[in-house]
Amino acid sequence: MIGLSHYLVVAAILFTIGVFGIFVNRKNIIVILMSIELILLAVNINLVAFSVFLHDVAGQIFAMFVLTVAAAEAAVGLAILVTFFRNRGDIAVDDASVMKG
Amino acid sequence: MALPAIAFYLLAVATVVAGLLVVSAKNPVHSVLFLITAFFSAAGLFVLMGAEFLAMLLIVVYVGAVAVLFLFVVMMLDVDFAELRQGFAQYLPIGGLVGGILTLEMIFVAATVATNGAAGKNALPMASPVGVPNTEAIGRVLYTDYIFFFQLAGLVLLVAMIGAIVLTLRHKPGVKRQDIGKQIARTPKTGMEIVQIKPGEGISE
Repeated sequence: MIGLSHYLVVAAILFTIGVFGIFVNRKNIIVILMSIELILLAVNINLVAFSVFLHDVAGQIFAMFVLTVAAAEAAVGLAILVTFFRNRGDIAVDDASVMKG
Repeated sequence: MALPAIAFYLLAVATVVAGLLVVSAKNPVHSVLFLITAFFSAAGLFVLMGAEFLAMLLIVVYVGAVAVLFLFVVMMLDVDFAELRQGFAQYLPIGGLVGGILTLEMIFVAATVATNGAAGKNALPMASPVGVPNTEAIGRVLYTDYIFFFQLAGLVLLVAMIGAIVLTLRHKPGVKRQDIGKQIARTPKTGMEIVQIKPGEGISE
């Protein structure tokens, strides 16, 4: 019987993979953005699992809003990345400290 | 083993493996494709729980929009990705250690919450009240109790859209564009010049 704990474990593993991805791909900002998407997906799985097992729809509504914010964040993040690439011809995050002012 | 259990383990393993490949793939294009796989499998998990509306939303929004956006950017930027992978092996051991500990801690907490928490008492998953389809159940509360947040979400998307356009819009100086104001403001005086030419002399600039 698949219960709440099974879904929570999947979400926990996925969340850790996302954090791990940010940790090991420190220079590649595209993979960092994708890792953030993975983390938000794990959060969504948690929200939906609790919503379903608490018999309360509010969790699914909240997951929807997380989805909205994640989409907006990805769009703005990639736009910043494209602008950064145009100005510097490279996307190494180590150089991002020169982006002052 | 019951069919839902088999489906769960298949989808869960697919999600986790695809997630691992997202962060470890050498080619970012492969990373994006594995991200799509992960989202598809997660949508399957949502269907398994009964949250069909969110599953479809996940596919439409993530696979249809966000992942394609990622794919566009990865293919558009001409970057040496091998260079960006420097330090991967260096951070791998400590990252794996911290990740493993973090996973174990979260699994312990999840197991405790799932058995002792309020949700643990309901063994059966129920995505919406009995007799009400999932989409209808969401719509009933989304447009009444959460209408303010719904409109706020729309505002967030609008701001993100304007922000992305403003960030990436670039006016090339050499391109001639139609300027309606300039066209309207044009009069015969500014638009042309009458030159008197004496016969036999021609005209010089």
